[in-house]
Amino acid sequence: MNEGRRTWLVTLAWLWVGLPFAYGVYELIQKVVQLFGG
Amino acid sequence: MAVTFLDRAHTVAPANWSRWLIPPAALSVHLAIGQAYAWSVFKPPLEKALGLSGTLSALPFQLGIVMLGLSAAFGGTLVERNGPRWAMFVSMTCFSSGFLISALGAYTSQYWLVILGYGLIGGIGLGIGYISPVSTLIKWFPDRPGMATGLAIMGFGGGALIASPWSSEMLQAFGSTPSGIGTSLLIHGLAYAVFMSLGVFLIRVPAEDWRPKGWTPPKDNGNKMMTTANVSAASAIRTPQFWCLWVVLCFNVTAGIGILEKASPMITDFFRETSTPVGAAAAAGFVALLSLTNMLGRFVWSSTSDIIGRKNIYRGYLGIGALLYLTIALTGNSSKVVFILCAMVILSFYGAGFATIPAYLKDLFGTYQVGAIHGRLLTAWSVAGVLGPLIVNAIADSQKRAGKVGPDLYTTSFYIMIALLVVGFIANELVRPVHEKYHEPAVPETGVREAK
Repeated sequence: MNEGRRTWLVTLAWLWVGLPFAYGVYELIQKVVQLFGG
Repeated sequence: MAVTFLDRAHTVAPANWSRWLIPPAALSVHLAIGQAYAWSVFKPPLEKALGLSGTLSALPFQLGIVMLGLSAAFGGTLVERNGPRWAMFVSMTCFSSGFLISALGAYTSQYWLVILGYGLIGGIGLGIGYISPVSTLIKWFPDRPGMATGLAIMGFGGGALIASPWSSEMLQAFGSTPSGIGTSLLIHGLAYAVFMSLGVFLIRVPAEDWRPKGWTPPKDNGNKMMTTANVSAASAIRTPQFWCLWVVLCFNVTAGIGILEKASPMITDFFRETSTPVGAAAAAGFVALLSLTNMLGRFVWSSTSDIIGRKNIYRGYLGIGALLYLTIALTGNSSKVVFILCAMVILSFYGAGFATIPAYLKDLFGTYQVGAIHGRLLTAWSVAGVLGPLIVNAIADSQKRAGKVGPDLYTTSFYIMIALLVVGFIANELVRPVHEKYHEPAVPETGVREAK
Protein backbone atom coordinates (compact mmCIF):
# COMPACT_ATOMS: atom_id res chain seq x y z
CA MET A 1 0.00 0.00 0.00
CA ASN A 2 1.50 3.33 -1.01
CA GLU A 3 1.60 6.41 1.24
CA GLY A 4 -1.22 8.27 -0.55
CA ARG A 5 -3.61 5.33 -0.48
CA ARG A 6 -2.84 4.69 3.16
CA THR A 7 -3.55 8.30 4.16
CA TRP A 8 -6.82 8.16 2.20
CA LEU A 9 -7.86 4.93 3.91
CA VAL A 10 -7.00 6.22 7.40
CA THR A 11 -9.02 9.42 6.76
CA LEU A 12 -11.99 7.48 5.42
CA ALA A 13 -11.93 5.04 8.34
CA TRP A 14 -11.88 7.82 10.93
CA LEU A 15 -14.68 9.69 9.13
CA TRP A 16 -16.73 6.47 9.05
CA VAL A 17 -16.76 6.31 12.84
CA GLY A 18 -16.20 10.01 13.57
CA LEU A 19 -19.24 11.41 11.80
CA PRO A 20 -21.87 9.29 13.59
CA PHE A 21 -20.04 9.90 16.85
CA ALA A 22 -20.04 13.66 16.25
CA TYR A 23 -23.78 13.46 15.53
CA GLY A 24 -24.33 11.70 18.87
CA VAL A 25 -22.23 14.20 20.82
CA TYR A 26 -23.98 17.11 19.05
CA GLU A 27 -27.42 15.75 20.00
CA LEU A 28 -26.27 15.27 23.58
CA ILE A 29 -24.86 18.77 23.91
CA GLN A 30 -28.07 20.19 22.43
CA LYS A 31 -30.01 18.36 25.11
CA VAL A 32 -27.79 19.60 27.94
CA VAL A 33 -27.89 23.20 26.67
CA GLN A 34 -31.67 23.12 26.15
CA LEU A 35 -32.41 21.59 29.50
CA PHE A 36 -30.09 23.63 31.66
CA GLY A 37 -29.85 26.83 29.67
CA GLY A 38 -33.16 26.94 27.81
CA MET B 1 -7.16 -26.35 6.77
CA ALA B 2 -7.58 -23.83 4.00
CA VAL B 3 -6.80 -20.26 4.91
CA THR B 4 -9.99 -18.24 4.72
CA PHE B 5 -10.69 -14.53 4.84
CA LEU B 6 -11.69 -14.76 8.50
CA ASP B 7 -8.70 -16.75 9.76
CA ARG B 8 -6.14 -15.17 12.02
CA ALA B 9 -3.38 -16.19 9.62
CA HIS B 10 -5.10 -14.19 6.88
CA THR B 11 -5.26 -11.04 8.98
CA VAL B 12 -1.54 -10.50 9.60
CA ALA B 13 -0.80 -6.93 8.53
CA PRO B 14 1.62 -6.14 5.72
CA ALA B 15 4.74 -4.20 6.75
CA ASN B 16 3.36 -0.76 5.82
CA TRP B 17 -0.08 -1.17 7.42
CA SER B 18 -0.94 1.87 9.56
CA ARG B 19 -1.77 1.06 13.17
CA TRP B 20 -4.12 4.07 13.13
CA LEU B 21 -6.53 1.95 11.09
CA ILE B 22 -7.08 -0.35 14.05
CA PRO B 23 -8.89 2.08 16.43
CA PRO B 24 -11.58 2.94 13.82
CA ALA B 25 -11.97 -0.78 13.11
CA ALA B 26 -12.53 -1.36 16.83
CA LEU B 27 -14.79 1.69 17.11
CA SER B 28 -17.01 0.49 14.26
CA VAL B 29 -17.86 -2.52 16.40
CA HIS B 30 -18.05 -0.79 19.79
CA LEU B 31 -20.09 2.19 18.55
CA ALA B 32 -22.57 -0.30 17.08
CA ILE B 33 -22.95 -2.67 20.02
CA GLY B 34 -23.12 0.30 22.42
CA GLN B 35 -26.65 0.69 21.02
CA ALA B 36 -27.68 -1.75 23.76
CA TYR B 37 -27.83 1.09 26.28
CA ALA B 38 -30.38 2.88 24.09
CA TRP B 39 -32.86 -0.03 24.20
CA SER B 40 -35.11 2.09 26.43
CA VAL B 41 -36.10 4.06 23.31
CA PHE B 42 -37.94 0.96 22.04
CA LYS B 43 -39.65 0.21 25.35
CA PRO B 44 -42.65 2.62 25.29
CA PRO B 45 -43.57 1.88 21.65
CA LEU B 46 -43.34 -1.88 22.25
CA GLU B 47 -45.40 -1.62 25.43
CA LYS B 48 -48.06 0.33 23.55
CA ALA B 49 -48.07 -1.73 20.37
CA LEU B 50 -47.90 -5.20 21.93
CA GLY B 51 -49.57 -4.46 25.29
CA LEU B 52 -46.49 -5.29 27.39
CA SER B 53 -45.61 -4.37 30.96
CA GLY B 54 -42.47 -2.35 31.74
CA THR B 55 -40.80 -5.45 33.19
CA LEU B 56 -41.51 -7.47 30.07
CA SER B 57 -40.32 -4.77 27.68
CA ALA B 58 -36.98 -4.65 29.56
CA LEU B 59 -36.39 -8.39 29.02
CA PRO B 60 -34.55 -8.18 25.64
CA PHE B 61 -32.05 -5.72 27.16
CA GLN B 62 -31.59 -7.71 30.36
CA LEU B 63 -31.07 -10.97 28.49
CA GLY B 64 -28.70 -9.14 26.14
CA ILE B 65 -26.52 -8.00 29.06
CA VAL B 66 -26.54 -11.49 30.60
CA MET B 67 -25.51 -12.95 27.24
CA LEU B 68 -22.82 -10.27 26.93
CA GLY B 69 -21.23 -11.45 30.18
CA LEU B 70 -21.59 -15.14 29.35
CA SER B 71 -20.32 -14.96 25.78
CA ALA B 72 -17.39 -12.73 26.76
CA ALA B 73 -16.49 -15.15 29.57
CA PHE B 74 -16.89 -18.38 27.61
CA GLY B 75 -16.05 -17.13 24.11
CA GLY B 76 -12.82 -15.35 25.02
CA THR B 77 -10.48 -18.27 24.31
CA LEU B 78 -12.23 -18.86 20.98
CA VAL B 79 -11.76 -15.19 20.09
CA GLU B 80 -8.03 -15.43 20.90
CA ARG B 81 -7.67 -18.61 18.86
CA ASN B 82 -9.63 -17.53 15.77
CA GLY B 83 -8.52 -13.91 15.71
CA PRO B 84 -10.21 -10.51 15.73
CA ARG B 85 -11.66 -10.63 12.21
CA TRP B 86 -13.51 -13.84 12.94
CA ALA B 87 -14.74 -12.35 16.22
CA MET B 88 -15.91 -9.14 14.57
CA PHE B 89 -17.68 -11.11 11.86
CA VAL B 90 -19.47 -13.26 14.44
CA SER B 91 -20.38 -10.13 16.40
CA MET B 92 -21.69 -8.39 13.29
CA THR B 93 -23.71 -11.44 12.22
CA CYS B 94 -25.26 -12.05 15.64
CA PHE B 95 -25.94 -8.39 16.42
CA SER B 96 -27.50 -7.63 13.04
CA SER B 97 -29.49 -10.83 12.73
CA GLY B 98 -30.74 -10.20 16.27
CA PHE B 99 -32.35 -7.01 14.96
CA LEU B 100 -33.74 -8.80 11.90
CA ILE B 101 -35.34 -11.54 14.01
CA SER B 102 -36.73 -8.87 16.34
CA ALA B 103 -38.16 -7.06 13.31
CA LEU B 104 -39.96 -10.26 12.34
CA GLY B 105 -41.22 -10.51 15.91
CA ALA B 106 -42.58 -6.96 15.79
CA TYR B 107 -44.21 -7.41 12.36
CA THR B 108 -45.97 -10.58 13.49
CA SER B 109 -46.61 -9.36 17.08
CA GLN B 110 -44.67 -12.37 18.39
CA TYR B 111 -42.78 -10.80 21.27
CA TRP B 112 -40.84 -13.96 22.05
CA LEU B 113 -39.01 -13.44 18.75
CA VAL B 114 -37.90 -9.99 19.92
CA ILE B 115 -36.51 -11.53 23.12
CA LEU B 116 -34.83 -14.35 21.21
CA GLY B 117 -33.43 -12.05 18.52
CA TYR B 118 -32.29 -8.95 20.37
CA GLY B 119 -31.63 -10.57 23.75
CA LEU B 120 -30.22 -14.03 23.06
CA ILE B 121 -28.64 -13.83 19.61
CA GLY B 122 -27.87 -10.10 19.68
CA GLY B 123 -26.44 -10.55 23.20
CA ILE B 124 -23.85 -13.02 21.87
CA GLY B 125 -22.88 -10.32 19.38
CA LEU B 126 -22.46 -7.88 22.26
CA GLY B 127 -20.10 -10.11 24.25
CA ILE B 128 -17.95 -11.30 21.34
CA GLY B 129 -17.87 -7.78 19.88
CA TYR B 130 -16.91 -6.20 23.20
CA ILE B 131 -13.76 -8.31 23.60
CA SER B 132 -12.96 -8.70 19.88
CA PRO B 133 -10.51 -5.79 19.42
CA VAL B 134 -8.96 -5.67 22.90
CA SER B 135 -5.87 -7.84 22.56
CA THR B 136 -5.29 -6.65 18.98
CA LEU B 137 -5.29 -3.00 20.09
CA ILE B 138 -2.87 -3.78 22.91
CA LYS B 139 -0.51 -5.50 20.45
CA TRP B 140 -0.62 -2.54 18.04
CA PHE B 141 -0.15 0.01 20.82
CA PRO B 142 2.30 -1.57 23.27
CA ASP B 143 3.53 1.96 24.02
CA ARG B 144 0.01 3.28 24.82
CA PRO B 145 -2.28 0.36 25.68
CA GLY B 146 -4.47 2.41 28.02
CA MET B 147 -5.18 5.00 25.35
CA ALA B 148 -5.92 2.37 22.70
CA THR B 149 -8.37 0.32 24.76
CA GLY B 150 -9.82 3.51 26.26
CA LEU B 151 -10.67 4.73 22.79
CA ALA B 152 -12.48 1.52 21.83
CA ILE B 153 -14.34 1.18 25.11
CA MET B 154 -15.30 4.85 24.91
CA GLY B 155 -17.05 3.77 21.71
CA PHE B 156 -19.26 1.42 23.71
CA GLY B 157 -20.34 4.41 25.80
CA GLY B 158 -20.78 6.51 22.68
CA GLY B 159 -22.95 3.94 20.91
CA ALA B 160 -26.01 4.91 22.91
CA LEU B 161 -25.43 8.59 22.16
CA ILE B 162 -25.78 7.84 18.47
CA ALA B 163 -28.55 5.26 18.73
CA SER B 164 -30.77 7.14 21.14
CA PRO B 165 -31.65 10.14 18.90
CA TRP B 166 -31.37 8.08 15.72
CA SER B 167 -33.77 5.36 16.91
CA SER B 168 -36.19 7.98 18.28
CA GLU B 169 -36.31 9.79 14.96
CA MET B 170 -36.84 6.53 13.11
CA LEU B 171 -39.70 5.47 15.39
CA GLN B 172 -41.28 8.87 14.88
CA ALA B 173 -40.96 8.51 11.12
CA PHE B 174 -42.36 4.95 10.88
CA GLY B 175 -44.74 5.13 13.81
CA SER B 176 -45.12 3.09 16.97
CA THR B 177 -47.31 0.42 15.43
CA PRO B 178 -46.04 -3.19 15.22
CA SER B 179 -45.11 -2.69 11.57
CA GLY B 180 -43.50 0.71 12.28
CA ILE B 181 -41.37 -0.80 15.05
CA GLY B 182 -40.58 -3.75 12.77
CA THR B 183 -39.37 -1.45 10.00
CA SER B 184 -37.22 0.51 12.47
CA LEU B 185 -35.64 -2.71 13.78
CA LEU B 186 -35.09 -3.97 10.23
CA ILE B 187 -33.26 -0.76 9.25
CA HIS B 188 -31.19 -0.96 12.45
CA GLY B 189 -30.10 -4.49 11.56
CA LEU B 190 -29.11 -3.60 8.02
CA ALA B 191 -27.39 -0.32 8.94
CA TYR B 192 -25.36 -1.88 11.75
CA ALA B 193 -24.27 -4.72 9.45
CA VAL B 194 -22.88 -2.18 6.97
CA PHE B 195 -21.34 -0.03 9.71
CA MET B 196 -19.62 -2.95 11.45
CA SER B 197 -18.28 -4.39 8.21
CA LEU B 198 -15.59 -1.69 8.26
CA GLY B 199 -14.10 -3.38 11.31
CA VAL B 200 -14.23 -6.82 9.67
CA PHE B 201 -12.38 -5.55 6.61
CA LEU B 202 -9.84 -3.27 8.32
CA ILE B 203 -8.81 -5.27 11.36
CA ARG B 204 -5.30 -6.72 11.18
CA VAL B 205 -2.99 -8.33 13.70
CA PRO B 206 0.60 -7.09 13.70
CA ALA B 207 3.37 -9.38 12.47
CA GLU B 208 5.26 -11.09 15.30
CA ASP B 209 8.36 -8.97 14.91
CA TRP B 210 6.45 -5.69 14.43
CA ARG B 211 7.18 -2.82 16.82
CA PRO B 212 6.06 0.84 16.73
CA LYS B 213 8.64 3.04 15.04
CA GLY B 214 11.31 4.16 17.51
CA TRP B 215 9.95 2.00 20.32
CA THR B 216 11.74 -0.92 21.90
CA PRO B 217 10.14 -3.25 24.41
CA PRO B 218 11.33 -2.30 27.91
CA LYS B 219 13.61 -5.04 29.27
CA ASP B 220 13.46 -3.76 32.83
CA ASN B 221 11.87 -0.37 33.23
CA GLY B 222 11.83 -0.58 37.00
CA ASN B 223 8.09 -1.16 37.00
CA LYS B 224 7.65 -4.65 38.34
CA MET B 225 3.89 -4.47 37.74
CA MET B 226 4.55 -4.68 34.00
CA THR B 227 5.44 -8.18 32.97
CA THR B 228 7.21 -9.28 29.83
CA ALA B 229 5.99 -12.86 30.44
CA ASN B 230 2.67 -14.37 29.36
CA VAL B 231 -0.05 -16.13 31.33
CA SER B 232 -2.83 -18.18 29.71
CA ALA B 233 -6.48 -17.51 30.49
CA ALA B 234 -6.80 -20.88 32.24
CA SER B 235 -3.84 -20.08 34.50
CA ALA B 236 -4.87 -16.45 35.06
CA ILE B 237 -8.11 -17.37 36.83
CA ARG B 238 -6.06 -19.39 39.33
CA THR B 239 -4.03 -16.34 40.38
CA PRO B 240 -4.98 -14.06 43.30
CA GLN B 241 -4.30 -11.09 41.01
CA PHE B 242 -7.21 -12.02 38.75
CA TRP B 243 -9.62 -12.14 41.69
CA CYS B 244 -8.26 -8.91 43.18
CA LEU B 245 -8.98 -7.19 39.86
CA TRP B 246 -12.37 -8.90 39.73
CA VAL B 247 -13.23 -7.27 43.08
CA VAL B 248 -11.79 -3.93 41.91
CA LEU B 249 -13.90 -3.93 38.74
CA CYS B 250 -17.03 -5.26 40.41
CA PHE B 251 -17.08 -2.65 43.20
CA ASN B 252 -16.00 0.24 41.00
CA VAL B 253 -18.85 -0.59 38.61
CA THR B 254 -21.31 -1.15 41.47
CA ALA B 255 -20.53 2.31 42.84
CA GLY B 256 -21.02 3.99 39.47
CA ILE B 257 -24.05 2.06 38.33
CA GLY B 258 -25.80 2.89 41.60
CA ILE B 259 -25.94 6.54 40.53
CA LEU B 260 -26.25 5.94 36.79
CA GLU B 261 -29.25 3.67 36.99
CA LYS B 262 -31.24 6.05 39.22
CA ALA B 263 -29.75 9.41 38.23
CA SER B 264 -32.94 11.12 37.17
CA PRO B 265 -35.16 10.31 40.20
CA MET B 266 -32.14 10.71 42.48
CA ILE B 267 -31.43 14.36 41.64
CA THR B 268 -35.17 15.13 41.74
CA ASP B 269 -35.61 13.51 45.16
CA PHE B 270 -32.41 15.08 46.52
CA PHE B 271 -33.48 18.68 45.93
CA ARG B 272 -37.27 18.28 46.23
CA GLU B 273 -37.44 20.04 49.60
CA THR B 274 -35.12 22.91 48.65
CA SER B 275 -35.92 26.36 47.27
CA THR B 276 -34.59 25.27 43.85
CA PRO B 277 -36.14 21.87 43.06
CA VAL B 278 -35.03 20.00 39.97
CA GLY B 279 -37.68 19.47 37.30
CA ALA B 280 -37.99 16.47 35.00
CA ALA B 281 -36.35 18.32 32.10
CA ALA B 282 -33.30 19.38 34.13
CA ALA B 283 -33.05 15.85 35.53
CA ALA B 284 -32.86 14.52 31.96
CA GLY B 285 -30.07 17.05 31.33
CA PHE B 286 -28.25 15.68 34.37
CA VAL B 287 -28.51 12.15 32.95
CA ALA B 288 -27.12 13.37 29.62
CA LEU B 289 -24.24 15.08 31.42
CA LEU B 290 -23.41 11.86 33.27
CA SER B 291 -23.40 9.96 29.96
CA LEU B 292 -20.91 12.46 28.61
CA THR B 293 -18.51 12.18 31.57
CA ASN B 294 -18.93 8.39 31.63
CA MET B 295 -17.77 8.36 28.01
CA LEU B 296 -14.99 10.94 28.27
CA GLY B 297 -13.59 9.32 31.43
CA ARG B 298 -13.01 6.14 29.44
CA PHE B 299 -10.58 7.86 27.14
CA VAL B 300 -9.04 10.56 29.36
CA TRP B 301 -8.35 8.52 32.51
CA SER B 302 -7.37 5.38 30.65
CA SER B 303 -4.84 7.39 28.59
CA THR B 304 -3.55 8.96 31.82
CA SER B 305 -2.92 5.45 33.16
CA ASP B 306 -0.24 5.01 30.47
CA ILE B 307 1.70 7.79 32.22
CA ILE B 308 1.05 7.27 35.92
CA GLY B 309 0.55 3.50 35.94
CA ARG B 310 -2.45 1.26 36.30
CA LYS B 311 -2.26 0.70 40.06
CA ASN B 312 -2.06 4.42 40.75
CA ILE B 313 -4.98 5.30 38.50
CA TYR B 314 -7.18 2.72 40.25
CA ARG B 315 -6.13 4.21 43.58
CA GLY B 316 -7.69 7.39 42.22
CA TYR B 317 -10.86 5.78 40.88
CA LEU B 318 -11.51 3.97 44.15
CA GLY B 319 -9.99 6.32 46.73
CA ILE B 320 -11.13 9.65 45.27
CA GLY B 321 -14.40 7.98 44.31
CA ALA B 322 -15.02 7.09 47.97
CA LEU B 323 -14.19 10.66 49.05
CA LEU B 324 -16.60 12.07 46.46
CA TYR B 325 -19.39 9.82 47.73
CA LEU B 326 -18.55 10.98 51.26
CA THR B 327 -18.77 14.61 50.10
CA ILE B 328 -22.25 14.02 48.65
CA ALA B 329 -23.36 12.20 51.79
CA LEU B 330 -22.10 14.99 54.08
CA THR B 331 -23.21 18.01 52.04
CA GLY B 332 -26.66 16.54 51.33
CA ASN B 333 -28.88 18.98 49.44
CA SER B 334 -26.97 22.11 50.51
CA SER B 335 -25.26 22.56 47.13
CA LYS B 336 -26.50 21.48 43.74
CA VAL B 337 -23.16 22.31 42.13
CA VAL B 338 -21.23 20.07 44.54
CA PHE B 339 -23.71 17.22 43.97
CA ILE B 340 -23.53 17.48 40.17
CA LEU B 341 -19.75 17.86 40.04
CA CYS B 342 -19.16 14.91 42.37
CA ALA B 343 -21.58 12.71 40.39
CA MET B 344 -19.87 13.69 37.13
CA VAL B 345 -16.41 12.73 38.41
CA ILE B 346 -17.73 9.47 39.94
CA LEU B 347 -19.25 8.55 36.57
CA SER B 348 -16.02 9.41 34.76
CA PHE B 349 -14.27 6.93 37.11
CA TYR B 350 -16.99 4.35 36.45
CA GLY B 351 -16.37 4.48 32.70
CA ALA B 352 -12.61 4.63 33.17
CA GLY B 353 -12.70 1.50 35.33
CA PHE B 354 -13.97 -0.44 32.31
CA ALA B 355 -11.53 1.16 29.89
CA THR B 356 -8.35 0.75 31.93
CA ILE B 357 -8.84 -2.86 33.00
CA PRO B 358 -7.59 -4.44 29.71
CA ALA B 359 -4.30 -2.55 30.02
CA TYR B 360 -4.02 -3.59 33.70
CA LEU B 361 -4.53 -7.22 32.64
CA LYS B 362 -1.92 -6.83 29.93
CA ASP B 363 0.55 -5.44 32.49
CA LEU B 364 0.01 -8.42 34.79
CA PHE B 365 -0.63 -11.32 32.39
CA GLY B 366 1.01 -10.24 29.12
CA THR B 367 -0.60 -10.06 25.72
CA TYR B 368 -0.82 -13.82 25.02
CA GLN B 369 -4.51 -14.34 25.95
CA VAL B 370 -5.41 -10.94 27.37
CA GLY B 371 -8.70 -10.87 25.43
CA ALA B 372 -9.84 -14.17 26.93
CA ILE B 373 -8.78 -13.08 30.43
CA HIS B 374 -10.66 -9.82 29.93
CA GLY B 375 -13.75 -11.78 28.89
CA ARG B 376 -13.65 -13.83 32.09
CA LEU B 377 -13.20 -10.69 34.19
CA LEU B 378 -16.34 -9.16 32.69
CA THR B 379 -18.42 -11.51 34.86
CA ALA B 380 -17.70 -8.86 37.53
CA TRP B 381 -19.76 -6.45 35.40
CA SER B 382 -22.72 -8.85 35.37
CA VAL B 383 -22.62 -9.13 39.17
CA ALA B 384 -22.26 -5.35 39.59
CA GLY B 385 -25.13 -4.76 37.18
CA VAL B 386 -27.41 -6.57 39.62
CA LEU B 387 -25.74 -5.40 42.85
CA GLY B 388 -25.62 -1.62 42.23
CA PRO B 389 -29.26 -1.01 41.30
CA LEU B 390 -30.40 -3.54 43.94
CA ILE B 391 -28.66 -1.66 46.77
CA VAL B 392 -29.83 1.81 45.72
CA ASN B 393 -33.42 0.83 44.84
CA ALA B 394 -34.01 -1.42 47.86
CA ILE B 395 -32.74 1.20 50.31
CA ALA B 396 -34.59 4.08 48.66
CA ASP B 397 -37.84 2.06 48.72
CA SER B 398 -37.44 1.10 52.36
CA GLN B 399 -36.62 4.70 53.36
CA LYS B 400 -39.69 5.91 51.47
CA ARG B 401 -41.82 3.41 53.35
CA ALA B 402 -40.34 4.81 56.57
CA GLY B 403 -41.57 8.27 55.51
CA LYS B 404 -38.21 9.77 54.72
CA VAL B 405 -37.61 12.25 51.89
CA GLY B 406 -34.74 14.09 50.19
CA PRO B 407 -31.11 12.96 50.63
CA ASP B 408 -32.17 10.58 53.42
CA LEU B 409 -33.45 8.22 50.74
CA TYR B 410 -29.93 7.69 49.45
CA THR B 411 -27.44 8.46 52.25
CA THR B 412 -27.27 4.84 53.48
CA SER B 413 -26.63 3.65 49.91
CA PHE B 414 -23.81 6.14 49.59
CA TYR B 415 -22.14 4.85 52.75
CA ILE B 416 -22.44 1.29 51.40
CA MET B 417 -20.83 2.48 48.14
CA ILE B 418 -18.00 4.06 50.15
CA ALA B 419 -17.45 0.74 51.96
CA LEU B 420 -17.40 -1.16 48.64
CA LEU B 421 -14.94 1.33 47.16
CA VAL B 422 -12.68 0.95 50.21
CA VAL B 423 -12.76 -2.85 49.78
CA GLY B 424 -11.90 -2.32 46.10
CA PHE B 425 -9.07 0.01 47.10
CA ILE B 426 -7.64 -2.67 49.41
CA ALA B 427 -7.98 -5.30 46.67
CA ASN B 428 -6.04 -3.02 44.32
CA GLU B 429 -3.33 -2.60 46.97
CA LEU B 430 -3.03 -6.38 47.17
CA VAL B 431 -2.21 -6.68 43.46
CA ARG B 432 1.38 -7.86 43.05
CA PRO B 433 3.29 -9.17 40.02
CA VAL B 434 2.12 -12.64 39.00
CA HIS B 435 4.25 -15.50 40.31
CA GLU B 436 6.41 -17.02 37.61
CA LYS B 437 4.94 -20.49 38.18
CA TYR B 438 1.93 -19.23 36.20
CA HIS B 439 4.04 -17.97 33.28
CA GLU B 440 3.86 -19.71 29.93
CA PRO B 441 7.08 -20.95 28.38
CA ALA B 442 8.23 -18.48 25.69
CA VAL B 443 5.55 -18.51 22.98
CA PRO B 444 4.99 -16.54 19.83
CA GLU B 445 2.40 -13.86 20.53
CA THR B 446 -0.14 -15.14 18.09
CA GLY B 447 -2.49 -16.51 20.68
CA VAL B 448 -3.01 -19.59 18.49
CA ARG B 449 -1.56 -21.97 20.99
CA GLU B 450 -4.02 -23.88 23.05
CA ALA B 451 -4.50 -22.68 26.60
CA LYS B 452 -3.24 -25.03 29.24
